Amino acid sequence: MTTWHEYLESGLPAPEWPYPVRYGSEIEVETDVLVLGGGIAGCHAAINAKRKGARVVLVEKGATKWSGHGGAGVDHWLNACTNPCSRITPEEFIESVSRDCDSYDCGPSLYINAQEAWETLLDIESMGVMVRDMNDEFKGAAFRDDETKLMFAYDYKNRIDIRVHGHNVKPCLYRELKRLGVEVHDRVMITGLLTEGGRQAARVVGATGVNTRTGEFYVFRGKASIVAMQAPGRLWTFSTEYRSMWNDLNNAGEGFAIAWNAGAEFVNLEKSWPAMITPFSYIPYGVGNTSNTWHGTPIVDTNGKEVPWLDRDGNEVRTAEERFEPSPGQKFILGPGQHVPHTYENDPKVLAPDLSERIRKGEFVLPLYADLTRLPEKERRAIFGLMVGNEGKTRIPVYDILTKAGFDPDKDMLQVPVLPVDAYNKTSGVNYWAGKAMPLLRAGAGGLLVDWDLRTNLEGLYGAGGTVSGAGAHSTAATGGRYAGRKAAAYALTAAEPIIDPEQVRKEKARVYGPLQQKKRSIGWKELNAGICRIMQDYCGQYKNQETLAAGLRLLRELREAECSRVYAATPHDLGRALECHTMITVGEMVIQACMVRKASNKFLSFSRIDYPAMDPPEWQKYLPIRLEDGEAQVRELPLDYHLRPPYAAGYEENYRIHCEL
Amino acid sequence: MREKVYMVPNQPTPNRAVDFNPDICNGCNRCAQICRNDVLMPNAEKGKPPIVLYPDECWSCGCCVQECNRPGAIEMLHPLNQSIVVIWKRKETGQEFRLGMKNPPAPNTRPAAG
Repeated sequence: MTTWHEYLESGLPAPEWPYPVRYGSEIEVETDVLVLGGGIAGCHAAINAKRKGARVVLVEKGATKWSGHGGAGVDHWLNACTNPCSRITPEEFIESVSRDCDSYDCGPSLYINAQEAWETLLDIESMGVMVRDMNDEFKGAAFRDDETKLMFAYDYKNRIDIRVHGHNVKPCLYRELKRLGVEVHDRVMITGLLTEGGRQAARVVGATGVNTRTGEFYVFRGKASIVAMQAPGRLWTFSTEYRSMWNDLNNAGEGFAIAWNAGAEFVNLEKSWPAMITPFSYIPYGVGNTSNTWHGTPIVDTNGKEVPWLDRDGNEVRTAEERFEPSPGQKFILGPGQHVPHTYENDPKVLAPDLSERIRKGEFVLPLYADLTRLPEKERRAIFGLMVGNEGKTRIPVYDILTKAGFDPDKDMLQVPVLPVDAYNKTSGVNYWAGKAMPLLRAGAGGLLVDWDLRTNLEGLYGAGGTVSGAGAHSTAATGGRYAGRKAAAYALTAAEPIIDPEQVRKEKARVYGPLQQKKRSIGWKELNAGICRIMQDYCGQYKNQETLAAGLRLLRELREAECSRVYAATPHDLGRALECHTMITVGEMVIQACMVRKASNKFLSFSRIDYPAMDPPEWQKYLPIRLEDGEAQVRELPLDYHLRPPYAAGYEENYRIHCEL
Repeated sequence: MREKVYMVPNQPTPNRAVDFNPDICNGCNRCAQICRNDVLMPNAEKGKPPIVLYPDECWSCGCCVQECNRPGAIEMLHPLNQSIVVIWKRKETGQEFRLGMKNPPAPNTRPAAG
């Protein structure tokens, strides 16, 4: 009797909620550094703030031991430019990314990542994650350095992305948190930030939260706070029937909403792209593909005819290992995972980019297959045994399940999904093939604007991980957390005692418990979520104009006042989900308002205005930081290289040395 | 047919998300303690497997399986609209297999690297 339905049919009375319910009871917690979110960024932040001598409290909506977007594991560690085998300096790396992203996504976070990714990897190695080939399983492989036993991905010559056995990264981080004495509060969802005097844009002095098992209310008081949550993931699309598997349901966007309400500035919220992971997606990395983890995999058609791999000049790549080397004249290959389209300069080796046309002409016959048997044994084992076997969301969901069902990469070819023919062409430099891209359904981007301290515009509020613009990958989240932890601790150790405004707490508490007061026949969180998505799909979709954006904003506000004010919660768990709908409406408002102020189409931001169709007019090549002030969105202009202009130094390295707190 | 029939709502989709083997599971609730979405609830009956209360909220991350220290107690299940198209072909024989098929081939027992 393990399903709810079996329980109902047993004739026993409905089981009571298994945890004690204490709605309204209030728990006060006080600390130096308050870390909001216990994923990869949050754990590194807490560990490093603690090492600096601060008292640290970490608050996590799920269970810190395994939760977070990178919680299920990591198989390759990006941008470790300072590892002993690397041939790329952090300066060369940042210059290259800047070129790819037209300077939109390469602020302090990414440079810090290039500087500290290797040190951070050594850190998790010391906690028990196997980051080298300690068993000599891959001895002699082209991607392995026999002296250090490090193994590399994507570019075997320049060696900045490291293949790791990171399935246990979260339990290792969790053990270290406990060993250091970080106070962890699991199952507590953060609902708002507290500011000095309850005023917007004032110093952040804490946060409120609600326990989604017990319903208890939390008031956290901290000298410094770090928002370390993931970006919103179900704003345009949500379905539990046809699930979009990439985004954890927990990623509703609290980090965005709480910082916005407190008056923090955001950039690039107007950026979005056609969601690959739509309701029509497949198991990520569980079907034939050549993306990320599966880079370099041979693809054959149904008759066994192999699709060629080409270099950036269109020349055929003969051997498997060449797929992992720069093209003639190319400095290095920037691996995927940066969420930036590649320019010619950084283009990796790819499957024939005109594959769709060649399928149409009959040159290749569907279905296609990923044929790992064509690779040398060590390459095959690295892709399926090491990477799929260790990555979050693939160790159990793909490696374990497929091998138990009999799949053997030494003997079998894994089918590529049968997609609309156009979908076989490369998108964003990779052949992911785990979903049908739908321009209607967007995946959002952007996030907090931070300075060289990874601080926001608000005193006492720092950012790391997915909530920060351009800082979402596993190693970027780790390095951002590490750095923000140091900076927040340094601030907290000399900062004045934070004082909480009781009126701000009282108002938030009333809002939080609202869904418990509603009639049981009013709307539930799932239907409300789907309604929010419909507004975003229709009024903030692929093509935008001022009128429809304004109408979308109006609809969101009406939804908040009508249906959302009546959302009903039956349990503490339900209460959390209902409050996430409040959050998503706020995030929708943020995104639409950011779209309304950019009156120009922009290629990098995948931003198409019907009323301003000219693409990339030079006067609009700038950030438009946006924040909330007295209920109104306020926008200003900021150069894309703001972090290299006064009051900062002109170079990345100099700024890093001045601010890094090492 | 003497079974009593109750009025029950439709099952949420996916229906199960994970399946417990009651002969192996000892109801320790380690999985319920770490599930990020609280998909699993401790069973009121001590020693029994957790109840899959919110299968529709499962992220399919497999952390419950990683956390479990009794191998075989939990099986993670992909929703049918995902698993039905996980298909592979054995090169030597041309045989096609799929996840969830009636007569699956022998398991591949090689563990992941590391």
